[in-house]
Amino acid sequence: MSDATLQKGTTARFRSATEESPLARRALIGVAFIGLAILVFAPLIAVFAEALADGVSAALRSLANPDALDAIRLTLTIAAISVPLNAAFGIAAAWFITKFDFRGKAFLITLIDLPFSVSPVVAGLCIVLMFGTNSLIGGWLVAQGFPIVFAMPGIILATLFVTFPFVARELIPVMIEQGRAEEEAALTLGASGWRTFWTVTLPNIRWALLYGVLLCNARAMGEFGAVSVVSGKIRGQTATMPTTIEMLYQEYLSVAAFSLAAVLALLALLTLLLKTALEIRHADQLAATHRH
Amino acid sequence: MGRPLIHRSPMPGLGLSMGITLTMLSLVVLLPIGALLLKGANYGLEGIWETVNRERVWAALFLSFRLSLLAALFNLVFGVLLAWVLVRYRFAGRRILDAAIDLPFALPTAVAGIALTALYAPNGTFGHIAASIGWKIAYTQWGIFIALVFVGLPFVARTVQPVVEEIEREVEEASATLGASRLHTLRHVILPMLAPAALTGFALALARAVGEYGSVIFIAGNIPLVTEIAPLLIIIQLEEFNYDAAAAIGIAMLLISFAMLLAINLIQIWSRRRIGHV
Repeated sequence: MSDATLQKGTTARFRSATEESPLARRALIGVAFIGLAILVFAPLIAVFAEALADGVSAALRSLANPDALDAIRLTLTIAAISVPLNAAFGIAAAWFITKFDFRGKAFLITLIDLPFSVSPVVAGLCIVLMFGTNSLIGGWLVAQGFPIVFAMPGIILATLFVTFPFVARELIPVMIEQGRAEEEAALTLGASGWRTFWTVTLPNIRWALLYGVLLCNARAMGEFGAVSVVSGKIRGQTATMPTTIEMLYQEYLSVAAFSLAAVLALLALLTLLLKTALEIRHADQLAATHRH
Repeated sequence: MGRPLIHRSPMPGLGLSMGITLTMLSLVVLLPIGALLLKGANYGLEGIWETVNRERVWAALFLSFRLSLLAALFNLVFGVLLAWVLVRYRFAGRRILDAAIDLPFALPTAVAGIALTALYAPNGTFGHIAASIGWKIAYTQWGIFIALVFVGLPFVARTVQPVVEEIEREVEEASATLGASRLHTLRHVILPMLAPAALTGFALALARAVGEYGSVIFIAGNIPLVTEIAPLLIIIQLEEFNYDAAAAIGIAMLLISFAMLLAINLIQIWSRRRIGHV
């Protein structure tokens, strides 16, 4: 958000012709505050209020439950595998798209964006149909002792599907803006391809990369619909944090469900905090802050 | 042969980056979607139609689409307002509001779902107040509407914000100098400039809402024909190992998504022609 458009305090007694009346201004700000208070802040507070309904120790005790610990461990594992894979894909895709000229580039970008407009449940369904025990590939893989659906690989595939565009979308506009001149200079001076990437490209895109990884991670840890379909939600084995929250909630274990939810809500708050810090300190190197 | 498929370039890493991109894209996105379409092809158009053409499925598809449209319309108005307030005005707490808009992106949908249900259930903070005037929110279509407003909240605000930042004051000054009132300028000068971005955000919010599952199922009550959304029907079919029917509904939803994706692209092409950029 550039502050260039920021209007310096109007000291004049008369209102500028390009401003709303103070009354209208106050009313609009009021609507924004009330709207966000009801829509965003209230649910956030509700998560923590419900988690702490029986006190802090009850909340902590429910988190120490083996099922909850297994879910936390699984969710962290899933994120630790799928986020780096997604980042590697995002970097490769952005490099391919911005450093080379080829036919069908716009179509390729559309395909990368596709998962954003597919329902997570449909995404899960697609993976079940592709790799489920009833499918050709899935049946063969199960016979080899490597099941995908109702197991960890399926959850990772589902997570990769729903987070697919995050890093690539963030990097592509930044790398288009930076052009190819710096890399060409490095190559001309004799640097190898990898060295050019590590010492020229990566420093230029690191904040955008971090930004994309941050959002990707939040979604990876929180994905529910697609994971519900492919995981089978087996307690202690394939139940992630969000699916465990659902099971606890349906068993009327409100404090346990909301305690686990509060952990994810804290993660969301941390994500927003880091994201805002990035936007303030490195606005010029992010696509999000000057996306059209 | 006209243009070459790939232009020669001194840049290294063509094979590697193309290889990773196309392999991941195929394995994660294209092959699974292909599996769904193949399943549909085996099932046949007639089979798909038979599955979809049932009262319960129509009701769910119609419900998902209608409430998504209403929620996206709400977000269209509120999102433009938010973008305007956050860019143009300086007030205490602006940064917090700005960051809060993204919470629906960062907060897992299941967490949002149970939180909204806790708030709007008859014994919840807001549900209690509403119940006192006989208004039931959770476990009705109102509850679904609120959940869909929540998940779609960031889209319009975030697409419109950069456009508001780029509006040149001179345009507004010219309008004012020519005698237009502030309201007239807003309606006839500023809103038309924001329209393309706002429409893009609207379409994105709509696409997100139609497929939304996690935040909705807790608050919806899931009563067939009344508050049962389309994605839930897929889950129900899958739990009964009814893969054909699940695929049929999945294809119907996929077609709706593709239609919306096309609409988004058309809006962007149209507005690029109209004002030169989006």
